[in-house]
Amino acid sequence: MTRRTILMPSAALIKEFEAVVGKDNVFTSEADRQSYSYDSAVLDAVVPALVVRPTTTEQLGKVVRLCNENGNPITVRGAGTNLSGGTIPDPREGIVILTNSLSRIIEINEEDLYAVVEPGVVTAKFAAEVAKRGLFYPPDPGSQAVSTLGGNVAENAGGLRGLKYGVTKDYVMGIEFFDVNGGLVKTGSRTVKCVTGYNLAGLMVASEGTLGVFSQITLKLVPPPQASKAMMAVFDDVNKASEAVAGIIASHVVPCTLEFMDQATIRYVDDFTKAGLPRDAQAILLIEVDGHPGQVADDADKVEKVLNKVGATEIKVAKDAAEKFKLWEARRNALPALARAKPTTVLEDATVPRSKIPAMVKAINDIAAKYNISIGTFGHAGDGNLHPTILCDRRDKHEFERVEHAVDEIFDMALSLHGTLSGEHGIGMAKSKWMEKETSKATIEFSRNMKRAIDPKYILNPGKIIGA
Amino acid sequence: MADLTKLAKLLQELDDQMVGCMKCGMCQAVCPVFAETMKEADVTRGKIALLENLAKEMIHDAAGVQEKLNKCLLCGSCGANCPSGVKVMDIFLRARVIVNTYMGLSPVKKAILRGMLTKPALFNALLDLGSKFQGIFTTKVDDLLGSSCSKVLSPVIGDRHFVGLAKESLHSKIKALDTPAGKSGKRVAFFPGCLGDKMFVSVAEACLKVFEHHGVGVYMPEGQACCGIPAISSGDRVAYDKLVKINLDLFSKGNFDYLVTPCATCTATIKEIWPKLMEDYPGPMRDQIRVLHDKVMDVNQFVVDVLGVKPEAPAKGGVKVTFHDSCHMKKSLGVTSQPRALIGMNPKYELVEMAECDRCCGSGGSFNLYHYDLSKQIGERKRDNILATGAQVVSTGCPACMLQMTDMLSQHGAKVAVKHSIELYADSLR
Ligand SMILES: Cc1cc2nc3c(=O)[nH]c(=O)nc-3n(C[C@H](O)[C@H](O)[C@H](O)COP(=O)(O)OP(=O)(O)OC[C@H]3O[C@@H](n4cnc5c(N)ncnc54)[C@H](O)[C@@H]3O)c2cc1C
Ligand code: SF4
Ligand code: SF4
Ligand code: SF4
Repeated sequence: MTRRTILMPSAALIKEFEAVVGKDNVFTSEADRQSYSYDSAVLDAVVPALVVRPTTTEQLGKVVRLCNENGNPITVRGAGTNLSGGTIPDPREGIVILTNSLSRIIEINEEDLYAVVEPGVVTAKFAAEVAKRGLFYPPDPGSQAVSTLGGNVAENAGGLRGLKYGVTKDYVMGIEFFDVNGGLVKTGSRTVKCVTGYNLAGLMVASEGTLGVFSQITLKLVPPPQASKAMMAVFDDVNKASEAVAGIIASHVVPCTLEFMDQATIRYVDDFTKAGLPRDAQAILLIEVDGHPGQVADDADKVEKVLNKVGATEIKVAKDAAEKFKLWEARRNALPALARAKPTTVLEDATVPRSKIPAMVKAINDIAAKYNISIGTFGHAGDGNLHPTILCDRRDKHEFERVEHAVDEIFDMALSLHGTLSGEHGIGMAKSKWMEKETSKATIEFSRNMKRAIDPKYILNPGKIIGA
Repeated sequence: MADLTKLAKLLQELDDQMVGCMKCGMCQAVCPVFAETMKEADVTRGKIALLENLAKEMIHDAAGVQEKLNKCLLCGSCGANCPSGVKVMDIFLRARVIVNTYMGLSPVKKAILRGMLTKPALFNALLDLGSKFQGIFTTKVDDLLGSSCSKVLSPVIGDRHFVGLAKESLHSKIKALDTPAGKSGKRVAFFPGCLGDKMFVSVAEACLKVFEHHGVGVYMPEGQACCGIPAISSGDRVAYDKLVKINLDLFSKGNFDYLVTPCATCTATIKEIWPKLMEDYPGPMRDQIRVLHDKVMDVNQFVVDVLGVKPEAPAKGGVKVTFHDSCHMKKSLGVTSQPRALIGMNPKYELVEMAECDRCCGSGGSFNLYHYDLSKQIGERKRDNILATGAQVVSTGCPACMLQMTDMLSQHGAKVAVKHSIELYADSLR
C-alpha cells in the first residue's frame, strides 16, 4: 500500500473553523481523520484533510461557506453506513462535516401529522419517539438503529415496508438546506399540499450530498396499523414464489412486507442458527399484512389461498406476537449468517420489475457459478429489490477480480430486464460509471450542468453519482 | 520512536479476525463510549480500521492509535451485537498486548501490575496496612453506601467517591478453607476475586453463608492472585501470565466440582480469556485451563442452576430493588435470569426493572482511572435509570459495577444502597 501524504489545510483555516464550531469539534489528528476515510461500501479509503463537527445548524451554514470560499471539497457524513461510497471524502484536501451533533427532534405535531428534525437524528430513535405519541414513521432501513434521517433522505433509503408504505421520499414534506454560499434554502412546507416554487425538496432526495447540505427536514407521519399477521411460505421452485407474489398483488392485497430468501441464503441461515429450515427449498417468502383487524383477517385468508393455489410446499401462520417473532427470525438472521460465512461481504442492490425475479435469481446463480463465487440472495420481493450478497475475501486478489466481473454482469442483467442499478443503496462512487448505461448521455449532461450552476467550484461531494 | 514496520508485522496476526469486520457501523448503536463522544475512532469500527491501518503501515501516529484503543470499556456490547460475529474482545485484548508492549507501559503501571499484583502476599500485606490507615486520609460521606470521599487524595483521584478497603479483608478473617461436601453432595473451589477479598468482603461472606446453608463443601486456598484482567487489559502480558500461573498452581490441587466466583468479570476472564490466550503455554497448563473453563461458574448461576434454588413466585410488596446486568455477566456469560431469581427468593424485596438494565455502567476496570470524566458520564446515565425506578436498592452480580454505581449514586447524594444479588439471597436465609 502506498502512503498518501495528506495536505492539511493551513493553520489559519483551521483556526477559522475552530472559531465557528469550537476547538473540540475540529479533528486534526491522524487517527481521527483516518476514522472518517471509509463507509460501509467495499471500496478504497480516502483520508480527509480535516473533520468538522457543527453543533448548531447556524454553524453548519458557516462551515459550508468557509469550505466553498477556500475551495475545499465537502463530504457530509451521518452514520457512514451507506453502501456505495457516498461518504468517502475527496482526496484533494477534502473536509468531512459530521451531522451527529445536529440531532434534535424539533417538533412532532400530533394534530397535523408531521415532524421537524435536524439531519443527524438517528432513524430508530425518531421512529420510537413518534411511536410513543401513537403515530408511525414507516421507512425502516436495515441500518435504522444507527442511520441518520439526513442520510436516509440523501440516499432515499427504503426498507422492508416499501411495498405498502413507500420509501423515505414518500415522507419528505420539506427540507431546509444550505447552498454552497451558506445561504439557507427553504423548500416544501408543513402542509399536505404545497406548490410554492420548484420541488427542490424532491431534488434533494437521493442527492447524496452533491447539491446541498440539509439542515432541517420535515417528515410526514401516519397513524399506525392496528393489527398485523405474519406467515411464511416454502417453495420448491423460485417461479412458484414469484407467481405467489404476482397472485397476492392481483388479488388486491398489498402486504406491508413481502420478503424473499433464496436457497443459498436459507442454507447459510440454517448453518448459522441450526433452526431446522427447509434446506432443499428453492425459496422462502415471508409475508406480513397489516391494517384494520377485520381487513387483516380477510387479507391473510386471501394470501393463504394464493399460496396454496400456486403450490407452496409449506405454509406457517403466526398465531401471536411470539410466533411472529420466531417466524421472522430466519429473515433477521439473513445478513448475520451471510456476513459470518466469509470475511468480505459485498451487499448488492440490483432491482428488477417484480415479475422478473425468477429470471434475475437464475441469472445471479449462473453468474455465481461462472465466476466460482458464493452469492446468497435475499430481499424485498414485493419491490423486486434483491440483495445479491457476494461472500468473498477481499485479500484474495484473483477472487476479488472475479467478484468485480460478477458485479458488472449482475448490473448488465438487471438493466436488460428493465430494472435499475440500485433500489435503495445509492450510486455514490461504486456505481457512477454505470449511470449513463441505465439512463442516457443527455441525462448525465443535464445533471452535470445543473450541478455546475449550483456548485460552480464542484465542492459538494464531488465524484459521487455523476462522476467527477 | 517505535519502529512501525515491526509493530505492523506483529499486528498482522490479527488480520484474519479483523477482516471479518464489514464496516457496517452497527456497533455505533451499542457502544457506551461512542454514545458520549460521538467520534468514530472511539467505536469498534473505527478502532478496527485504525488497527488495520497500523498493520499496513498506513498510519504514522502509533501513539494516537494506542490512545483510541485504550479508550474502551472492553464491555463486549459491540461484539455481542455484531452482525458479522467479529471476535472483538479477542482483537482488542491481543492488540492491547501488542501495542502497549510495543509502546511501553508507564512506569507507574509497571510498578503496580508487575511489582505488586503478581506478588499476592506483598499486595495483601500492603493493602492490609493501607486499610488501617485509610481512615486518616478519607472522610466518610455516606454510611449507607460505605463509600469514602478521599479529600486528601482528591488532587490525584478527582472528586470520586471511593468504596474504601475493607477494615479486615476476607483473607485475614479466614486464611483458607477446605471443607467436605455436605447435603448437596457438591464441593466448590471459591475464588472471591480481588474486590470480594479486599473491598466487598460482605459479598464473599454471603457466598460462604449460602454454601454452608446448602451443604456445599468449600476449597479456598491461601495466596490467590488476581484473575489477570487488569494486567491484560493494560496490555501487560508478563504480569498476566504470572497471575494465571499462580492461580493454576493453586486450583490444580483440591477436588471440586465447580470453581465459583461472585465476580462476573473474574468468571468471564477465567472462562473466556484464559483459553483465548493460552496458545504459548505448555500442554499441562493448557489442560488445566480447559478444566477450569468447564468448571468456573458465576455464583448466581451455581445457586440457581446447580443447587436448584428457584422462587415459586417472585416476592411482591417489599423494598424496591432494581437489577443491573453487568456486561460480563450478560454479554459474556449469558447469565440474566438467575440473579433475578435469587432476588425473588427474599420476601423483603420486590424487583422493579430499570430502563436499559443491560447498558454498561461505565466502570470497565482501569478505564475508570484513565478516562474518569467519560466513565462518569456513562455512569450518570445508569444512575438516572436507577433513580427513575424509585428503588432503594440496586443490585448486580459484579463488584466492579458495584464500585462504579456506588461512586455515581453517592456523588449525587442518592440514598440507594448497592448490593450484590447473592447478598440479598443470603439475607433471606435464617
Ligand atoms: C447493515 C446495513 C443495512 C442496510 N439496510 C438498508 C436498507 O434496508 N435500505 C436502504 O435503503 N439502505 C440500507 N443500508 C444503507 C444505508 O444504511 C442507508 O443508505 C442510510 O440511509 C445511510 O444513512 P447514514 O446516516 O449512514 O448516511 P451516510 O452514509 O453518512 O451518508 C449517506 C449519504 O448522505 C449524504 N448526507 C448525509 N447527511 C446529509 C445532509 N445533512 N445533507 C446532505 N447530504 C447528506 C452523505 O454525503 C452521503 O452521500 C444499509 C446499510 C447497512 C450497513
Ligand atoms: S458491527 Fe461488527 S462488522 Fe459492523 S462495523 Fe462494528 S465490528 Fe465491524
Ligand atoms: S467493548 Fe464496549 S466500549 Fe469498547 S468498543 Fe466495544 S462497545 Fe465500545
Ligand atoms: S463495569 Fe460492569 S457493566 Fe461495565 S464493563 Fe465492567 S462489568 Fe460491565
